[in-house]
Amino acid sequence: MIVTISTSGLKRAKWWEFLLRFVVGGFVTVGAGLIAKRFGPGFGGLFLAFPAILASSVTLVEKHERERKQQKGMRGVIRSRQAASADAAGAAMGSIALIAFSACVWKLLPGHSLGWVIGGATLLWTAICAIVWYCWKQNFLRH
Amino acid sequence: MIDIILRFLIGGVVVSAFSLISDLLKPKTFAGLFGAAPSVALATLALTVMKEGKQYASIEARSMILGAMALLVYAAAVSYILLRFRKPALPVVLVLLLLWMGVATGLWYVMVS
Repeated sequence: MIVTISTSGLKRAKWWEFLLRFVVGGFVTVGAGLIAKRFGPGFGGLFLAFPAILASSVTLVEKHERERKQQKGMRGVIRSRQAASADAAGAAMGSIALIAFSACVWKLLPGHSLGWVIGGATLLWTAICAIVWYCWKQNFLRH
Repeated sequence: MIDIILRFLIGGVVVSAFSLISDLLKPKTFAGLFGAAPSVALATLALTVMKEGKQYASIEARSMILGAMALLVYAAAVSYILLRFRKPALPVVLVLLLLWMGVATGLWYVMVS
């Protein structure tokens, strides 16, 4: 399956959903910083991978899919939970790339410039995401 | 206080940007990759380096590896439970945050001990 760009997801989204994500993102970022300050960077660093964004996105995917099906006269309960499950499965694959991102920053940051490390680690995250997703999709199609 | 407000704004903007990209992409499994984007890390790394130094940020990144491992377990569990038991998403994602916390702190405890 080819990856496509579609604005239908944006059309279904309400203004408060964007606000919710902004507020959740803000709180998690502040929270991670405060925990690191209180308990040290060793413990605080865990929260740089806190799944608040995933939790909100999975919930919104379920809601949007259910509304889409209900507009067509269906209940959409099962389909919406399948869509939410697929979203979470994608995040599981993305977290493999996040492990690589973190390792890259950990090892390279002390000896290199911040810009290069962030840029390189983000590129690494993108590449690993694409490779893991492609491999999963190929395997998925065979079964 | 200014530091907290700045972190809140940058975190909100970066997380919203990744969410927006995720909304635009299909299929759902590909869009879901952005649920594990390094959004919080990207939002805080520059501020942390400026205020606390590279070594401090490096230690945070080392622990983030453990947080990301816990995220892998969390996301796989959410996906499995939604697909297998078809429970509503909100209670599933909220209850399983305890799983993330347990795995992350467990791995951290193993690392430090």
